[in-house]
Amino acid sequence: MNSLQSYLILSSLLFSVGLAGALTRRNAILVLIGIELMLNAANLNFIAFWRYGPNPEALTGIMFTIFSISIAAAEAAVGLSIILAAYRHSRTTDLDQMNSLKG
Amino acid sequence: MTCLALWMPQLDQIFVTASHWLLSYLPAALQPLASAILSVAAIIVAFATLFALTTLLERKGLGRMQNRYGPNRVGPCGLFQPLADGVKSLTKEDIVPIRADRAVHFMAPVLLVAASFMGYAVLPIGRNMIMVDMNAGVLFFFAVGSLMELAVFMAGWSSRSKYSLLGAMRAIAQMISYEVPLVLASIVVLMQAGSLSTVSIVNMQASYSGIWPHWFVFTPWGFAGFVLFMIAATAESNRSPFDLPEGESEIIAGYYTEYSGFKFALFFLGEYIGMFATSGMAITLFLGGWSAPFSFLAWVPSYLWFFAKLLTIIAIFIWVRGTLPRLRMDQLMNLAWQFMLPMTLFNLIIAGVWHFMPGGLLRWLVCSTMVVVPCILFGGGLKRKKKFQIRTYHFSQ
Amino acid sequence: MTASFMILAVLTVAGTVSAMGLRNAVHCVLALALSFAGIAMLYLQLGAQFVGFTQILVYVGAVAILAVFAIMMTHNDKPMALPDSHAAWVAGCVVAVAVFAVLTRAIVSSTTAVQIQTQTVAPQPGVTVQQIGDALLHRFVVPLEIMGVLLTAALIGAVVIAMDRREEMK
Repeated sequence: MNSLQSYLILSSLLFSVGLAGALTRRNAILVLIGIELMLNAANLNFIAFWRYGPNPEALTGIMFTIFSISIAAAEAAVGLSIILAAYRHSRTTDLDQMNSLKG
Repeated sequence: MTCLALWMPQLDQIFVTASHWLLSYLPAALQPLASAILSVAAIIVAFATLFALTTLLERKGLGRMQNRYGPNRVGPCGLFQPLADGVKSLTKEDIVPIRADRAVHFMAPVLLVAASFMGYAVLPIGRNMIMVDMNAGVLFFFAVGSLMELAVFMAGWSSRSKYSLLGAMRAIAQMISYEVPLVLASIVVLMQAGSLSTVSIVNMQASYSGIWPHWFVFTPWGFAGFVLFMIAATAESNRSPFDLPEGESEIIAGYYTEYSGFKFALFFLGEYIGMFATSGMAITLFLGGWSAPFSFLAWVPSYLWFFAKLLTIIAIFIWVRGTLPRLRMDQLMNLAWQFMLPMTLFNLIIAGVWHFMPGGLLRWLVCSTMVVVPCILFGGGLKRKKKFQIRTYHFSQ
Repeated sequence: MTASFMILAVLTVAGTVSAMGLRNAVHCVLALALSFAGIAMLYLQLGAQFVGFTQILVYVGAVAILAVFAIMMTHNDKPMALPDSHAAWVAGCVVAVAVFAVLTRAIVSSTTAVQIQTQTVAPQPGVTVQQIGDALLHRFVVPLEIMGVLLTAALIGAVVIAMDRREEMK
């Protein structure tokens, strides 16, 4: 197993741990950070393929990762503000209890 | 006089030649690691000594400004006061509150000191005297500086005390608000220098036209950028007049209320080291790094100029601390978002205009006007008169 | 599979598992910051300096702080109760394990990954910030401008959504 495969397996492990967290946690903020972990795992994949891939001079992996980091930061900001607004309405961040519209 | 002129270049590079001589005794495989360890040890020793000296200078300087002597009992003119302070903080009992989160409470000062010291890796202290010449050096510096906010939160939250948490939240809000003008004020220099490597930024400023140096601070955009960078650096290090998160009359000690003994000393150390690092970056970006102010003074060793500039900036910090009153939280935030952010963005445009206009008096007049007029306009916008209203109380939810 | 890769991998996975498994939300976010830092060091090991420093600046310095602020403002800093039903918890873990198994099988048995690795001798490509800047402004200028618009929209949107509307109702 060469270096590229070890980086890919590491990133798939991070992805699946983030997925487990996003699926099982009840707190809305922890679901969001699970999603951030999944995005990070995908970024690691990009950089690993950029480094060990056939054409590192094209900088495609780095560009994709830079844009992905920016988008993830924007998404985290908007997601957390939505959670704040929902908390102000329903007084809880527990996803199991936010199960009715117009509560 | 001629033998002085012969010795000065050697004196300038004395640390470089000394480290090469020391490393030549080691096998070639160990040399990169040993060179790194040597540089780290030198940085820690030099700047920790500077920290000790600064604590003494600050107390004496503030004392004189407040019409009293500073510490003058321990040693001649109080010179051994830092030693006494060190002994005190090492021998005090380390109290951890019973409800505190022990692991996080322990890690917070460690993270703060580690993050503060890491910034020195990209500061060129002298000619050929930089620890790591990174291609993205300035970005590394700001990335490492942003780790300090996490350490502040860890300190404030783990103490499980009202004052700590409130101080930590205020401190983090202040630090992230002022990080934006800090980075934007440095982008002007990066635009002009065309590189993020601190060594090439200093090398661009190390030439002279006549006797005047090419420092970036002697241009309108550079001067505005330098002033904005220094204001943001004062706020980043939680120094007066931005020290609401740690002001003793407001909030006891803010996020390090519940720390005692050596951990408190580590917080103190971390803040001052961060202040020195940001000043060092300001010197590198705007004040020409290790280059001499006039071309006929270029024979003085380069590291002496760096430390002279650093001591001047520290003296200005102490002067400002003793002079200006503390800013309130909302005044602080308004200053960051309504004055400094638009000014730094305008500064980018001014630097662009400077770059593309042909040199001469017209360029100076246009750019100086473009600096002064928005400054007055934005500053006037800050002074909106607030009408007094009936006081309403918002209790925390 | 060098020693530094193993150390960083263990650190990152430990941070990630703690971020998803601890009961106190603030501990989770601190472990998350640790795993972000671990990923940034992996980027540095792969030779992507600019991305590594950007990861620390954006993720550890801003996203983690943002998550911490959200936890503080929603009063989640006390340890949470254990979930009532174990069925959802077990189902989530089973799905995650299945995804990991499928991905690992695909990676290990893939011929493409092996071919790509053996093709290039792979000395570290020295990417300068100048090259990244050139690429951003020549080949990727449209995504750059769209990113600016998107970040502005996200900034304004986040402020508007999270704004306290009680003053309006007075």
